[in-house]
Amino acid sequence: MQPLIRIRGLTKRFGSGCDRCLDETGPEHDTNLCPHCGSVLACNDLSFDLFPGEALGVVGESGSGKSTLVRLLHFEWEASAGSMEVHRSAVGSHLLAEMFPDNGDYSKNLLLLSHFQRRQMRNALMGIVYQNPHLGLRMGISSGGNIAERLLGAGWRNIAKMRRRAAELLEKTEIPVQRMDEPPANFSGGMQQRVQIDKALSNNPLILFLDEVTTGLDLSVQARVLDLIRNLRSEFKLSMLVVSHDLGVINLLCQRTMVMKAGHIVEDGLTDQILQDPQHRYTQLLVASQL
Amino acid sequence: MPLHTWPKNSDHQDNDEEHRVGYPFGFMDEGAKKEIRRAILKAVAIPGYQVPYGSREMPIARGWGTGGLQITLALIQPDDILKVIDQGCDGSVNAVNIKKFVAKVAGVTVTTDTAVATIIQTRHRIPEERMTDQQILVLQVPYPEALREVEPSEMETRRMHAEADYSRMWLYLYEDIVRYGEITISYRYPVTVNGRYITDPSPIPRWDVPKLHMADTLFLFGAGREKRIYAIPPHTAVVPLEFEDHPFRTEDFAGKSCARCGASDSFLDEVIDNTQGIRSFFCSDSGYCDKRREKCSR
Amino acid sequence: MITVENLTKTFTLHILGEKKIEACHDVSFGVPPGGFLGLAGPSGAGKSTVLKCMYRTYLAGSGAIHYQSSAYGMVDLATLSDQAVIDIRHREMGYVSQFLKVIPRVSALDVVMEPILSRNGVTRDVARKRAVSLLERLRIPTHLFDAYPATFSGGEQQRVNIARAVSWRPRLLLLDEPTASLDQDSVGIVLDILKELRQEGTTMIGIFHDPALLQSVTDSVYHIS
Repeated sequence: MQPLIRIRGLTKRFGSGCDRCLDETGPEHDTNLCPHCGSVLACNDLSFDLFPGEALGVVGESGSGKSTLVRLLHFEWEASAGSMEVHRSAVGSHLLAEMFPDNGDYSKNLLLLSHFQRRQMRNALMGIVYQNPHLGLRMGISSGGNIAERLLGAGWRNIAKMRRRAAELLEKTEIPVQRMDEPPANFSGGMQQRVQIDKALSNNPLILFLDEVTTGLDLSVQARVLDLIRNLRSEFKLSMLVVSHDLGVINLLCQRTMVMKAGHIVEDGLTDQILQDPQHRYTQLLVASQL
Repeated sequence: MPLHTWPKNSDHQDNDEEHRVGYPFGFMDEGAKKEIRRAILKAVAIPGYQVPYGSREMPIARGWGTGGLQITLALIQPDDILKVIDQGCDGSVNAVNIKKFVAKVAGVTVTTDTAVATIIQTRHRIPEERMTDQQILVLQVPYPEALREVEPSEMETRRMHAEADYSRMWLYLYEDIVRYGEITISYRYPVTVNGRYITDPSPIPRWDVPKLHMADTLFLFGAGREKRIYAIPPHTAVVPLEFEDHPFRTEDFAGKSCARCGASDSFLDEVIDNTQGIRSFFCSDSGYCDKRREKCSR
Repeated sequence: MITVENLTKTFTLHILGEKKIEACHDVSFGVPPGGFLGLAGPSGAGKSTVLKCMYRTYLAGSGAIHYQSSAYGMVDLATLSDQAVIDIRHREMGYVSQFLKVIPRVSALDVVMEPILSRNGVTRDVARKRAVSLLERLRIPTHLFDAYPATFSGGEQQRVNIARAVSWRPRLLLLDEPTASLDQDSVGIVLDILKELRQEGTTMIGIFHDPALLQSVTDSVYHIS
């Protein structure tokens, strides 16, 4: 099986940078801040693959760069260096000629596309759920409208069809359909997360980014949301990138996990191997610290 | 022929000579005209795109038609025939003032007859009679930005236009339909021009929006206060934003007609008699109404 | 079917000053297809370690684990890619430990049904019937089918665990003290189920704390010292 997405050398630097940044930051130095120029190497030369239908966990403490990674992959921030290539099976036929100029299996570097092209790719391929629903939802717009926004961006122009799709998704996430026209501001935290999930799934993405989605939720609500995510994954054959600092969440959702520290991936492997036979010093510390 | 000298054979009254001393033809200097013409060319080359320009001081206040006026003055030639209307009416105070001003500084003939005019400057209406490829319609625009309702930031709306990122505008329409059963925008109805830019057609009623699509004439839009010029060239696709199951519709005047001329195919103004409380309807386009009455009276 | 060759595993605990703990040393054995090998030895000898290295929960230090995969042919599990291991675990290789991994909000019935549905590609009805009959055989009361296993007794949880592991009929099944928390009768039922699975061709490697049980159920025994 070939990877869905190939990431190579992904780097994000905040600040002007110098020739010592890459060498003098990282887990051995226990910092992502360059001592010479003050730049922050939030993500430093990250390389990994994401396979179709797999849930890949990304675990690390705050400042490890895991959220930055999601922002980069979701085209919210510009990368400083690196490439992101997608397999041709993921791209609609109308974009094939543009994205695969030499007709290979993998596209050209998506990070170098224009804003417009990146938005097209993002709308077609990706969905995202944030920890804070205010980031992912427009609180003043109806929940149905939030879901419809992605469809509208993809060119849907039929109100009844969009509402049907929204109702379908709301039902799947156990939100009463009668509340479709209410704004998410009226909903509880768990329900807001579920609306976010609906919005992320509305256009049948191939990849779902989950950025600390259950952090801050009550335990029972967390269980419900995680259960939902598990079911949706098997139903929709999604690939997921699950960012969390909670090893329990990672263990539940992901078969493979990457451990990040100070902008680097220090270890990656099968989730149970990471948790039961951690190799890297930092991973061992992390696992030992788990409640 | 350089236009900074007055034409020798103008038939203006002599006391106007004193007023004209120190002003070039058409009131604006050549530099201003050049810049505005360039902005117009760019606007025509990119239909629906708002071109920023240096909006000049005019002898009327901002918000009273300075944008339209600057376009008219930049384009007008001595042999042009000018018509100016405000909400369809040739006789409105503001239309008359602008018309007189332009006539004075350009020495042009004026008219109320749409068919005879070469340049028509208008506020918030498009004439009922179809215009030709020998005519230009100059529209006065208060708010050029169609997306302002959904996004207050200028930087952000510029980015949205640049990237054709219009989903929030569509979302606004979706919410209208969900809340009220239909889109509630009446004037300034957003349209997609040439399949690319979402454009504000200025506060014309829905009735007039279809006139923009595949027309023979050139439409120029001037916003003096906001310092933008945009254009819809002839034979350009102009499609109002609509949904498959909620199509665009114009105002419905079924069963109503103009009390003056009997027209049932023009945009009607509703007038309520304050004393008797009687409702009557009159053609908004006064020139059109006059023509029909003339025809009837023959 | 599966051959372990000079398997050695040492843990290096960085956070304890690079302390090294040898978990197993130079283990070698082979299991023919359909066979049942028992692993015996004193506590701490490395029996669980060997199973976990085979399942790839542990990374082998050195040595090889040659496995005849139906999907990939002859592979070395110790060095195989993560993707392939995930695939093999999904389609061919199962693992039963002493403890049920509790997933919140999933009922006992769903726990057993899930692997059947995702791996065998049968209808919900067929999966349900098979799951129900398994749970019934393992004497889980019917009224607990829709309950969440988190609140079950240790023995009940383990029986659900075993049902989950065998329900989808893996080619290779690794068992780490599966009957430790079960009473005598339950043990008997579990052994019957394992025997049936063997008759369908499943190869097994197991650790049983009871030496007599170990001898009775397995074809051969490998001693780790």
